[in-house]
Amino acid sequence: MQFIDEFRNPTQVKSLLSQIHAWVKKTSFTAEKPLQIMEVCGGHTHAIFKFGLERLLPPEIEFIHGPGCPVCVLPMGRIDACIEIAKRPEVIFCTFGDAIRVPGRQGSLLKARQEGAAVRLIYSPMDALTIAEQNPDKKIVLFGLGFETTMPSVAITLQQAKQRNITNFFVFCQHITIIPTLKSLLMTPDIQIDAFLGPGHLSMVIGTHPYSFICEQYHKPVVVSGFEPTDILQSIVMVLKQFANKQCLVENQYRRVVPDEGNPRALAVINDVFIMQGDDEWRGLGIIPDSGVRLNETYAAFDAEKHFQPKQQRVADDPQSRCGDVLTGRCKPLECHLFGKQCTPESAYGALMVSSEGACAAYYQYRQGEPA
Amino acid sequence: MTSKTISLAHGSGTSASQTLIDELFISAFKNDLLATKEDQARISLNHLTADGNQLAFSTDSYVIDPLFFPGGNIGKLAICGTVNDLAVGGAYPRYLSCGFIIEEGLSMDILTQVVHSMAETAKAAGVSIVTGDTKVVPRGAADKLFINTAGIGVIPATLNWGMPQIQVGDKIIINGTLGDHGATILNEREQLGLMGALSSDCTPLNGLIDQLRPIKGIRTLRDATRGGVNAVLHEFSQACGYGMLVEESLLPLSSPIRGICELLGLDPLNFANEGKVVIIASEDSAPDVLDALKSHPLGSQAAIIGSVTQNPQVYLRGLYGVDRILDLPQHEPLPRIC
Repeated sequence: MQFIDEFRNPTQVKSLLSQIHAWVKKTSFTAEKPLQIMEVCGGHTHAIFKFGLERLLPPEIEFIHGPGCPVCVLPMGRIDACIEIAKRPEVIFCTFGDAIRVPGRQGSLLKARQEGAAVRLIYSPMDALTIAEQNPDKKIVLFGLGFETTMPSVAITLQQAKQRNITNFFVFCQHITIIPTLKSLLMTPDIQIDAFLGPGHLSMVIGTHPYSFICEQYHKPVVVSGFEPTDILQSIVMVLKQFANKQCLVENQYRRVVPDEGNPRALAVINDVFIMQGDDEWRGLGIIPDSGVRLNETYAAFDAEKHFQPKQQRVADDPQSRCGDVLTGRCKPLECHLFGKQCTPESAYGALMVSSEGACAAYYQYRQGEPA
Repeated sequence: MTSKTISLAHGSGTSASQTLIDELFISAFKNDLLATKEDQARISLNHLTADGNQLAFSTDSYVIDPLFFPGGNIGKLAICGTVNDLAVGGAYPRYLSCGFIIEEGLSMDILTQVVHSMAETAKAAGVSIVTGDTKVVPRGAADKLFINTAGIGVIPATLNWGMPQIQVGDKIIINGTLGDHGATILNEREQLGLMGALSSDCTPLNGLIDQLRPIKGIRTLRDATRGGVNAVLHEFSQACGYGMLVEESLLPLSSPIRGICELLGLDPLNFANEGKVVIIASEDSAPDVLDALKSHPLGSQAAIIGSVTQNPQVYLRGLYGVDRILDLPQHEPLPRIC
């Protein structure tokens, strides 16, 4: 299939693996002190496991699965607030499939649906707006979720709602931004990350320039990467070359999709609708300064939290689970003693186990049964 | 029939019921056994025993949304599903029953189309619909139309296909591309608007399976419906205690299915099929099975996709030779957010 097969070609993969073996010898990394690359995006995590790339790499390279899955970092209290709104008789609550199984303290949105709440799965934010137009006697709430990748489509939907004077449409805003998260990670003293694979789809919106502080202030290379096997392997070659040549740069492997300057139109709609303001809570990571995203005053009438005023809930992460440690690379999923026992996709403690992009879900799907 | 929609009267034993039965069901499913209008079909045992010494008996219910989809509809599915459940056991499917649960208000035109499609499919599969039942429930008590079919067939005395026969080293074979039905329904139901040649593979497989009976070394067959090929492989593995290894590079996939799976982050191994059969056959007989399948239009894209292993797990060998466990999904597969 065009645009897929050429990026999965086994001959190309073999050639890139040879290059990785050759370049790693030109660095100081060893099996005992490997190059630790954090793939920020859950899409990378999924691809790495799906294609078994981590098992093809030399022991001098280790992946750390980062916090780049928006569903994985959803705090329990936010899910509980969604459920509180979804259970109102006048509400139809629209969510993407990933979020429906994420556990809150009061269960998941799926459980709320089983108990009678009108929770609908959607494939595009515009689907929710259509539902609003078709159900004028109901209040339609869209669960706005995700990094800069999904923010433009939610923003455009809100612009449309405003233009069409739709008054029964609301957004529960749980959008998050990547740069404060990366800053927070880098400021954490006990985290050993040598380099980053930058998220491909997100960077399509923000471009590559916002990552330059990682090189300038923290002296760690960043390679923005695509999601196919040859993308990821080529990105590793680029990282290794930087270490071998004693460079520290932001590079763009995913040039066929990501412009260095990002997408100005997408950034413009984000800025028209959202405001980056205040601290925000991330599951497993705690409060991250300046990472909050809210609807701005122009769109305040569409803000589900302002309209429904659900209880603000803070729910501490279960101390038994190590979701935060997995998200920050302090441990691998198999090292969490709940993994595959108390915590499975059917009885998850955290979203890492129920999100299709979660590191624990990837381990559970592809590597369960292996020793920690 | 003058009514344009189904009313409660059509299921209440009144003249409206009789008209529906006479003018639609009996007329469409036309056969002597049904025409007697007894409470039961009276089937000559001699006819059955002439074909074999075991009666195969199966039932399934069909509740699909939407009722009509590219490649079929609920009626065609209801016939194919039960015919295939019989045929994969080696049986010659012979007689079917059908039960309709209809929501009040269903358009008569829709019901007529469904029933005629059932009649046409039954004819193509060589089976007769010899008894049936109609219930009409108030609006809102059911979703438009549900159909149950049960069927009987006869298994020849010489055949003993079944999961306990599976042995290490056997080959796993499929008669064509994966996931066509599931992907088509997802596209229609969720109105994803994906263009291309997405079409359900819904079809009766007994004609294809007829080609396999003479081949020695066939261990077992299973049609890969809900849960897809992955679910079938898990059932095989649990029943025989051995493992199932499939190779990604050998899986027959159409471009549209690959496209929808790539786009939504779904696995075609988990998508439902309605015209695909997974066959376990001895290594020696596998080439003959493949030849027999390919000689039939429904097997032109048949392929050996893997083999039975001692290691009692279901796993997939990826494009680069890395093996990974092929777990059964815990839930209905859902598309990823980004």
